Amino acid sequence: MTDNFTALFNTYSWEETRQSIYDKTALDVEHALGNNRRTLEDFKALISPAAAPYLEQMAQLSRQITLRRFGKVMQLYVPLYLSNECNNICTYCGFSLDNKVRRKTLSPMEIMQEVAVLKEMGYDHVLLVTGEANQTVHTEYFKKVLELLRPHFALISMEVQPLNKEDYEELIPLGLNTVLVYQETYHREDYKKHHPKGKKSNFEYRLETPDRLGKAEVHKMGLGVLIGLEDWRTDSFFTALHLSYLEKKYWKTRYSLSFPRLRPFSGGLEPKVEMSDRELVQLICAYRLFNEEVELSISTRESIVFRDHIIGLGITSMSAGSKTNPGGYAVEPESLEQFEISDERTPGEIETMLKEKGYEAVWKDWDQGLVCK
Amino acid sequence: MLTIADKVFNSRLFTGTGKFSSAGVMEEALLASGSELVTVALKRVDLKSSEDDILSHLNYPQINLLPNTSGVRNAKEAVFAAQMAREALETNWIKLEIHPDPKYLMPDPVETLKATEELAKLGFIILPYIHADPVLCKHLENAGTAAVMPLGSPIGSNKGLKTIDFLEIIISQSNVPVIIDAGIGSPSDAAKAMEIGADAVLVNTAIAVSRDPVKMAEAFKIAVIAGRMAFEAKLGAINTYAVSSSPLTSFLDD
Repeated sequence: MTDNFTALFNTYSWEETRQSIYDKTALDVEHALGNNRRTLEDFKALISPAAAPYLEQMAQLSRQITLRRFGKVMQLYVPLYLSNECNNICTYCGFSLDNKVRRKTLSPMEIMQEVAVLKEMGYDHVLLVTGEANQTVHTEYFKKVLELLRPHFALISMEVQPLNKEDYEELIPLGLNTVLVYQETYHREDYKKHHPKGKKSNFEYRLETPDRLGKAEVHKMGLGVLIGLEDWRTDSFFTALHLSYLEKKYWKTRYSLSFPRLRPFSGGLEPKVEMSDRELVQLICAYRLFNEEVELSISTRESIVFRDHIIGLGITSMSAGSKTNPGGYAVEPESLEQFEISDERTPGEIETMLKEKGYEAVWKDWDQGLVCK
Repeated sequence: MLTIADKVFNSRLFTGTGKFSSAGVMEEALLASGSELVTVALKRVDLKSSEDDILSHLNYPQINLLPNTSGVRNAKEAVFAAQMAREALETNWIKLEIHPDPKYLMPDPVETLKATEELAKLGFIILPYIHADPVLCKHLENAGTAAVMPLGSPIGSNKGLKTIDFLEIIISQSNVPVIIDAGIGSPSDAAKAMEIGADAVLVNTAIAVSRDPVKMAEAFKIAVIAGRMAFEAKLGAINTYAVSSSPLTSFLDD
């Protein structure tokens, strides 16, 4: 087995992969639906246009598998935006360096003000988010933040710039449990177009981040692409390939997937490829049929109607009451958001909705005391 | 073709040398099986003699010897046995068997992992015989094993693939070849093992104790080829579509 994903990734051609997905037939889809252990070829069939007429069957199977594996519970998490400072230019992001907005990084006191509000909402799981500004938002900053937050949260996740293995090895014993790192797109040329400046423009460094996380023995990692940048079917295949590779190699780590669709923001980019609600349901069900254990997460980017109906189809965790601006909960509620959210219900309202559907909202699903480093 | 470590095998049927009525029958059966990897128990061969009855019947260019450590009870004894085999048989391949339990010959997972770690450092190509334990397989991979050899059912029992659910998990997540060893009692068991994606099978008792070992060896040869072909051609799906009275996706039409 190779030492990092790039070696395997380089054996695939984007165009050939794309074509093989679009060439799948109804017979391929029926074969994939009937199999118990689904292969990557089966996954291609399930995300192909040929699978569209089978959506209800996929949803029924996805529901059965999800209920059997996860039961009727939904994990809730909330993002805590620590900083909107960023040295990268990303054509789709409100924090992009060329976007003229006021920049802010929360101080320890401001972080604690935000924490107080999040605790009041009932949260025990927080997702820390920043842009990429290595002069201010660096490993030392994260270490201080973890020290501050650890007594208050059972589970701390992070979605920040990719770090080196040694950085992760320093942060994990301090309470970092989960790291989310989205590839944005696996289309190498388009990736370069959307990330022309900053450290993020290094495609390979980002692609190999999950390997560094695996080697650092992180408890859980999250993968995904930004849907809208490129053909979502091909990008999703590469996500599934990446997931399969990682699961086999870093077998002690848990994995989650997210499916962020490109959302409007200040000075925004129009999606190159539109993904309909129907297609998003197809993708979620395809992932569940392909991988029974992976956690599937849906954010407040999606509409209330969509989120209410997707529960029970494969999703196992969701955010609620999110603010996507640093200080958005207490310090500066009116500052610029990274992107607009669609579901503005409070965590309490989400919990009530879940209860009405027969689901339990889970606020705590981990305890740092279980990890002895 | 199957590659283990640096060696390529045309046949995915590996065989053993025990329980045959004579060395001559064994030789004929192994040739009929087409096997290119044959395991021999160190405890049964005379390493000091070039005239050993078993070894002298295995002297073919296509047959690779795989000495096994059957008889040892712990990692220390296994490492010693492997070193002895390397010196006497001039091969660094070793089938690691540690079963301290004389009744069912159940492999000891703790000692097997310890021995694998040791033997990997000493440059051995290790093929450990183990219970069908998916987590142990991952630990062995990390320790440097060249393949894993989970059992289908107890050694010599001819009971077939009693551990099939766990074998499927092992196959689905392994980064090294998976060879189903022990318990395979009939050619259909071997074909099934190949159909679920095993890289190879090791068969001894079912061939050796049959009324016609030579014919049975050939039957296994054909079954392994058929099973592998079926795996590569992909079996047709068993359709069990769910039927629901309340569609889950109708909200998309609103």
